[in-house]
Amino acid sequence: MGVLMALLLAGVASFYASSSPDGLEYVAEKTGFLDTADEHAGQDGPMADYSAKGVEDERLSGGIAGVVGSLVVLALAGGLAFAVRRRPAQDRDSGS
Amino acid sequence: MHVPDGFLDVPTSVATGAVAFAGVGLALRSARRELDERTAPMAGLVATFVFATQMLNFPVGAGTSGHLLGGALAAILVGPWTGVLCVSVVLLVQALLFADGGITALGTNITLMGIVGVVVGWVVFRVLLALLPKRVVLVAPIAAVAAFVAVPVTAMAFVGLYAVGGTAPIPLDTLTTAMLGWHMLIGIGEALITGLLVGSVTAVRPDLVFGARPTLRARQLEIRTTEGAAT
Repeated sequence: MGVLMALLLAGVASFYASSSPDGLEYVAEKTGFLDTADEHAGQDGPMADYSAKGVEDERLSGGIAGVVGSLVVLALAGGLAFAVRRRPAQDRDSGS
Repeated sequence: MHVPDGFLDVPTSVATGAVAFAGVGLALRSARRELDERTAPMAGLVATFVFATQMLNFPVGAGTSGHLLGGALAAILVGPWTGVLCVSVVLLVQALLFADGGITALGTNITLMGIVGVVVGWVVFRVLLALLPKRVVLVAPIAAVAAFVAVPVTAMAFVGLYAVGGTAPIPLDTLTTAMLGWHMLIGIGEALITGLLVGSVTAVRPDLVFGARPTLRARQLEIRTTEGAAT
């Protein structure tokens, strides 16, 4: 249920998000240090800037990026949480 | 508020990298106390929500937008140590997969949003919770205030880093005023989203909200007292 909501937010609602620069980017531009930013090493990556490369439709491209990103974050953070969690005392695996 | 590569010089980036490494390492050890079979899935869900909600930039006027940082939200829902891990995972994925936030600036971004944002949000939340009556209904408004405070403080932490290792000679008073002004506005959005989400979860499953536990304990004690009085 929660996962579904997150997928809808990242995959569908994100299309309607503001595309204006965020607070830091805007301030950097106005105070004149935005051009000190280097190009991102992963700028040519398949999902750079939240759009799936090769997908023409903007809505679909951003949606794919949002869904893939959500699932990757879910797997990583969920896996990490399970790895470090406290195990019940009777759990024999905790000793090995 | 993702810092790209090149804003800060190499020594500063190395230093924030070390801070992030130590912070995440400490969080990995300490999150164990917050996570069990029941709360571990919640941590994955919270990180996913922070990622998804960060994609939803909201306008704050004059061609500027803001997005959730999520530090206070994560800390209050799953605990501060787990919160550090959640936000750090989001920042890692954003930098590596989506070219959002620099690679050499990853330490800076984890330090700012993953550590400063989470710690400030959590400390403000706990202080207010201690000062105010321990009522479950107060958890969401207190979370909103904590989230609001965390955003401008995180922005000031960036200004502090820029003062030490900024690569362009920008007058600090100009930078401070601009960062503080915009991030107060973004903080309002952060407060609304955090209050709404914490309020929704608290209404359905208050036992799953890490930050609500002291209020639940207080409620249980109250029930026991009345039971004792009745017999």
